[in-house]
Amino acid sequence: MINAVFWFFAGVAVLSAALCILQRNPVNAALWLVSTMFSLAAIYVLLDAQFIAAIQVLVYAGAVMVLFLFVIMLLNLGHASSDIRGPSAVAATVVICGLLVGELFALWRYTPHRLAAELAQAGPFSDPRAVFAAGDIARQEAQVRGVVGVIAAPLFQTYLVPFEITSILLLVAIVGAVVLAKRNV
Amino acid sequence: MLLGPSLGLSAILFSLGVAGVLLRRNAIVLFMCIELMLNAVNLTFVALAQLYGASGYIMVFFVMTVAAAEAAVGLAIILAMFRHRQSVDLQNINLLRG
Amino acid sequence: MSFSHWVWLAVALPLGGFLVNGALALRRPGAKALVSLVGPGVLLGAFAVSLGVFRELLEHPPHEPVIVKLWPWLPVGQLGVDLAFQVDQLSVVMLLVVTGVGSLIHLFSVGYMRDDPGYARYFAYLNLFIVFMLVLVLGSSFPVMFIGWEGVGLCSYLLIGFWFSDKANADAGKKAFIMNRIGDFGFLVAMFFIWRAFGTLNFAEVTARAPSVLTPGGAVVTAITLFLFLGCTGKSAQIPLHTWLPDAMAGPTPVSALIHAATMVTAGVYLVARTNVLFAMAPLSSSVVAGIGALTALFAATIGLRQYDIKKVLAYSTISQLGYMFLGVGTGAYVSGIFHLATHAFFKALLFLGSGSVIHAMHHAYHATHSHEDGQDMRNMGGLKTYMPVTFWLMLIATLAIAGIPPFSGFFSKDEILAAAFARGGEQPAFYLFYAMGVIAAFLTAFYMARLIAMTFLGSNRTGEKERGHLHEAPWIMTGPLVVLGVLSLAGGALNLPHLVGGHAALEGWLEPVMEPGLRIARLVMPEGSTEYLLVGAAVAIGAVGLLLGFRATLSRPTLPAKEAPADTGLALLLNRKYFVDELYDGLFVRPLGWISRMVLWKGVDQTVVDGLAVNGAARVSRALGWLGSRLQSGQVGVYVVIFLVGALWILRAVLR
Repeated sequence: MINAVFWFFAGVAVLSAALCILQRNPVNAALWLVSTMFSLAAIYVLLDAQFIAAIQVLVYAGAVMVLFLFVIMLLNLGHASSDIRGPSAVAATVVICGLLVGELFALWRYTPHRLAAELAQAGPFSDPRAVFAAGDIARQEAQVRGVVGVIAAPLFQTYLVPFEITSILLLVAIVGAVVLAKRNV
Repeated sequence: MLLGPSLGLSAILFSLGVAGVLLRRNAIVLFMCIELMLNAVNLTFVALAQLYGASGYIMVFFVMTVAAAEAAVGLAIILAMFRHRQSVDLQNINLLRG
Repeated sequence: MSFSHWVWLAVALPLGGFLVNGALALRRPGAKALVSLVGPGVLLGAFAVSLGVFRELLEHPPHEPVIVKLWPWLPVGQLGVDLAFQVDQLSVVMLLVVTGVGSLIHLFSVGYMRDDPGYARYFAYLNLFIVFMLVLVLGSSFPVMFIGWEGVGLCSYLLIGFWFSDKANADAGKKAFIMNRIGDFGFLVAMFFIWRAFGTLNFAEVTARAPSVLTPGGAVVTAITLFLFLGCTGKSAQIPLHTWLPDAMAGPTPVSALIHAATMVTAGVYLVARTNVLFAMAPLSSSVVAGIGALTALFAATIGLRQYDIKKVLAYSTISQLGYMFLGVGTGAYVSGIFHLATHAFFKALLFLGSGSVIHAMHHAYHATHSHEDGQDMRNMGGLKTYMPVTFWLMLIATLAIAGIPPFSGFFSKDEILAAAFARGGEQPAFYLFYAMGVIAAFLTAFYMARLIAMTFLGSNRTGEKERGHLHEAPWIMTGPLVVLGVLSLAGGALNLPHLVGGHAALEGWLEPVMEPGLRIARLVMPEGSTEYLLVGAAVAIGAVGLLLGFRATLSRPTLPAKEAPADTGLALLLNRKYFVDELYDGLFVRPLGWISRMVLWKGVDQTVVDGLAVNGAARVSRALGWLGSRLQSGQVGVYVVIFLVGALWILRAVLR
């Protein structure tokens, strides 16, 4: 059942992404990207990352893409006569993406079964599943603290410093955006 | 259980994002393809969080935050660029020519 | 410390003279009085030192040479060459000849060059030449001798081209230097061979160890001696490298006397005498030396028959007499060769200086009447006996000496060489041929010398009515040295009077310790008794007949002045133009080399390869690479993205391994 839902949303995501990159009108492209993000949010739910799904919709689809649409409309971009770069670009694209897909799929072998099997042959681990113990711990935590708490605890404990730095980063980004967008600096 | 297919999906989305970056001339659409790539990576992190624990979710959190900041600044740059050249066509932005 | 250790002073004094005169030449060329004092003065000082060394050696004749080490020069690995002088009987003989005759020529030059603007420069070069010549004869090892060898070549160049504003003179100097260099190459190769065989380059050690290290008659020793002889042919103007010496007459006459008669050209003979043990061990090389010597003697004598320039006659005479010296040392009669070297120095210097006086007078005469006639052409002379009697009588003495008339010195030395050749003929029949060539050359020598005297001093004067009044004898500063040389030419035979006339063969005994290693290997049995009388008689007869025929042939027909004389034809033309050897060399060597230099080396290598490919090519490659690099910086973000992605793919691939 879950598989079927997953495949459905996976298909939607791929289709939306393909349409996004091929659309001529930037507004259309932005909307198809929003569709991709929604599908991804659904998949996050299926992967037991409900909090992430929520903030994907809130932040990404809700804030970032809206910002994109604001800018597109502000610049009043119409159609470009031809928006795809020349045949050399297409050729380069085919080559590079082909290689990329190939290499990424080479990572397929690191599915848990194969990884476990390789680790079993490697030796030192008595129990191969012990590598992935963290995943089980997380699931147990989720039972205790709730979905948000699973993220909150590490965020404010182990990853406190990055968290604080991120807030400064956001401040810098705001200031930078304001300065850059001014008409007369 | 859904790890394999998720990773595969992530790979496809990432490749689509790369293709978009290579193919498009409009700077804003280019930017959107970059966002697509970031999303694909987020999917990878979330899928692997099943095995490696909460660190996956934390990474996604930070990625999203930084992506938001980057989108803001990037779009501001595109705005400034547009004011200067009245166009967001990448072919015209060649002041770095050596 | 024995006086021999002061021998370096004989070298240092002329060196000081060179520095002083050179400084004066640069700063105050007009200071002629000081130069006149310093130039000959240092030579007389060097002669005094030589006399002192000689006197000491007389009292205590050494069996081993005295090595005076100045400082270590080349301490390289196993090769240890010191700058050292070797004082033994042979080097003392050369020392006396060089400084003695050199002093006389310096004194002569004071008068001869008096009016020349390059007076100081002349004496500077002349002193420098003496320095190098002394280093040559005093050197205790091959490299030190080579310093002198090269140095005298340099000074020869500087002095031949003394009046370099005339291109012909500069060319003559260049020719001399280049041909010398060809010989120097032979010397160097021989040095390499010697180093390889012996591990040392000192004369004393090589002489001592030669019989044990080398196989007599073997390839190594033959190669060494042949290459050494190549050096000798260059330096001493033997066939095939003889063509530079007649051209060298472009220099001032005292230079011709000193360098191209008495000293530098004899360096080759000295070298063979010094390395006598090596030549004795290589009979083939010795035969080559003697053969080329005899051939050169004959060849040059024939050319001298038809030369009109007085100095050219003497030049070919020098080449011919050098051939005699090589015939002597090639036969194994090393002492005879050195003896003839010494006597030749006396009478040839006298002949050259005498001709210098004549030329001096002729130039004065033509200068006074603003005539453009050649003052050196014998056809313009004649009857000078009445105007320059002292010069005439002295040159006659020298002519009798060179013709080999007893009791003049030349008779004794030349006769010894011919007798030695005859004696060696008993073992190797080829030497009979050399003897015959030497005899014919002796006849021709007497003939052309008589012709010279007759054309110059006898008969009626052809100089011209107006010039006649300006002809006069040379000043005493010039005739004084001539007188001394005349005495030596007359009495020089006393150096080595043979037993036949009751002498003690003094020179032979004196040089015996030096020549002994060679003589031990190649023993020479000199003819005795009736054979000896026959040979002596034949030599005297030939000389006398040659003189008589020469005088008669020249005086029987009136000689015309140069501007009226008809051109030569046939055999005369061949002799006058020196068998066209110069033209032959020009066509065989000079032109092809010139062509190669121009077409291949200049146009081909230098312009195309070095300039075009290497230098400009490197620049072009740099620009091309730069252009390639600049293509990467298109300014197009899209391109940058592509490159970025390619790089990222690469890293991904690396990580996946």
